[in-house]
Amino acid sequence: MTAASQKPQLSLDARLGLDRYEIDAEQSHIAVDHDKCKTCTTRPCLVCCPAIVYRWTDERVAVAYENCLECGTCQIACDHGGRGAITWHIPAGGFGIAFRYG
Amino acid sequence: MERFDVIVVGAGPAGATAGRALAQAGLNVLVVERAATPGAKNVSGGLLYSRAVAEVYPEFWKHAPIERAIAAHQIVMLGEHTSTALDFRSAQAATPPFNAFSVLRAKLDPWLATQAEEAGASLISGVNVDALLVENGRVVGIQAGPDQIGADVVVVAEGTAGLLLKQAGLRGPHNPHDVSLGVKEVIALPPDVIEERFQCDAETGAAYTLVGSTGGVEGGGFIYTNKASLSVGVVVKIDSLYASGRHPHEILDAFKAHPLVQRLVRGGEVVEYSAQTVHRGGFHLATQLVGDGYVVAGSAARLLVNNVLTLRGMDFAITSAVEAAQAILQARFAGSYTAATLGNYVERLKATSIYQDWRTFKDAYGLMENPRLFSLYPDLAGEVLERLLTADTKPGSKALGALSEALKGKASWLTLSQDMLQIARGMVL
Ligand SMILES: Cc1cc2nc3c(=O)[nH]c(=O)nc-3n(C[C@H](O)[C@H](O)[C@H](O)COP(=O)(O)OP(=O)(O)OC[C@H]3O[C@@H](n4cnc5c(N)ncnc54)[C@H](O)[C@@H]3O)c2cc1C
Ligand code: SF4
Ligand code: SF4
Repeated sequence: MTAASQKPQLSLDARLGLDRYEIDAEQSHIAVDHDKCKTCTTRPCLVCCPAIVYRWTDERVAVAYENCLECGTCQIACDHGGRGAITWHIPAGGFGIAFRYG
Repeated sequence: MERFDVIVVGAGPAGATAGRALAQAGLNVLVVERAATPGAKNVSGGLLYSRAVAEVYPEFWKHAPIERAIAAHQIVMLGEHTSTALDFRSAQAATPPFNAFSVLRAKLDPWLATQAEEAGASLISGVNVDALLVENGRVVGIQAGPDQIGADVVVVAEGTAGLLLKQAGLRGPHNPHDVSLGVKEVIALPPDVIEERFQCDAETGAAYTLVGSTGGVEGGGFIYTNKASLSVGVVVKIDSLYASGRHPHEILDAFKAHPLVQRLVRGGEVVEYSAQTVHRGGFHLATQLVGDGYVVAGSAARLLVNNVLTLRGMDFAITSAVEAAQAILQARFAGSYTAATLGNYVERLKATSIYQDWRTFKDAYGLMENPRLFSLYPDLAGEVLERLLTADTKPGSKALGALSEALKGKASWLTLSQDMLQIARGMVL
């Protein structure tokens, strides 16, 4: 195999850029109880999300909900490996990710 | 309050099929789907096992948007720099009633939903069911935005997340040990390249199931051929994932960087990145299937057969929906929709062959808890073969000697034989 035939891996942002979203600019479908995070030492939300929606910034979790792929992992991970701070709702009707292949 | 005979939550394979079956029987059915178009929220690896599905949708391959008939299965153990494969091909799987088809959900689900509509069901898409309406412990309808809609019985077919059941207190918690995350890419490739690379023709395709190369995280990878693309992904257990500290997309990237996978996806263009959770399918994990005024079908009830080599959620969803619909019709005849009258669903389901398969493979779940299956053995298989196949300048040894060499410092013979017994119990005996 030649190096030329090998395309480099896409960055996560580039990959998310390929997806189609109907973004709800009004409201986030993910609520985080930041007080609970204060005692969370494991922070599995930062690791598990396939879209890295959760980042630790300024001593709290910042949530880029607009990138959410709606997989459901963060809720399970935070409930069990974290402090149960996440309440994940489904986005308002018709909003959110819209897979073209799935 | 507006009323229907039956309300179905979700238009995935389970919901669409339940809607169709009940509408065919003349009931007034409403199917509510949160995606603007059915399928737009749904992800699967993509193998639709066809036998059970054809009983519900006769000769569906002539009409439904399927991709390729899977006539070749490769079971591969990926070591760090090796791959050891079992290559199974069946000419029979390329002719009716086939075995499995690759599918893409954004195409399949709208077709299924159309079948329900053509049978007379009403479908509303782009609308969330916000809650199940419960009165005195009985489900009496749904809340959707400002609207309350009543029904004799509600079919809950909301998929793996099961948020409505959770909110209504009708299921136990999800455990990260029992749920896996799948991350997937659809990679476009011209059909002729796919056919040459995967040794198939215009109608048929190949499925790769790969164990190992998930960096020790419990799980595996898949590569399925579609008409003009590949479905490529990894499925990893959530507890193992966060213990690993690695991001899901990094595990996918490492998998794609394995020399074998690299060769198969080479030159392709990623056109979509997606993710979804799936229960690992344990027989013991099923949620309660019926209660007063409701039944649960498909993956919302955690119905899934997973014997490591095959993952059957879509056909199980379809089968369960048919049995749920039949039980509802029977309850209707009896004139009441209680847990007792609807309980017939459970009996009917137990009589299906897919349910029997589910029981048969109940010991395979233990396998998925064995970390050596994902980290040690794929490498070991490669190492043993490497020792046997490499003409070294040092003297070689027979298979047992090679295995003994490869095992050194990694596992004892006792552990190995116990694991082999476990594999045998799960899959062979
Ligand atoms: C990575 C991965 C790979 C898989 N590979 C395979 C495979 O190769 N073969 C196979 O057979 N199975 C596979 N599965 C499993 C399979 O996808 C599921 O078992 C199957 O989709 C279950 O069908 P369902 O109808 O029960 O649920 P779903 O397909 O999840 O459908 C649920 C529907 O309900 C809708 N919904 C949810 N909540 C609401 C609400 N509140 N209001 C309105 N609508 C709602 C959703 O939008 C969705 O359309 C895989 C799963 C994953 C995650
Ligand atoms: S895992 Fe949950 S509790 Fe912990 S930091 Fe993340 S959101 Fe907060
Ligand atoms: S649902 Fe999935 S993609 Fe969305 S935030 Fe949670 S983990 Fe990330």
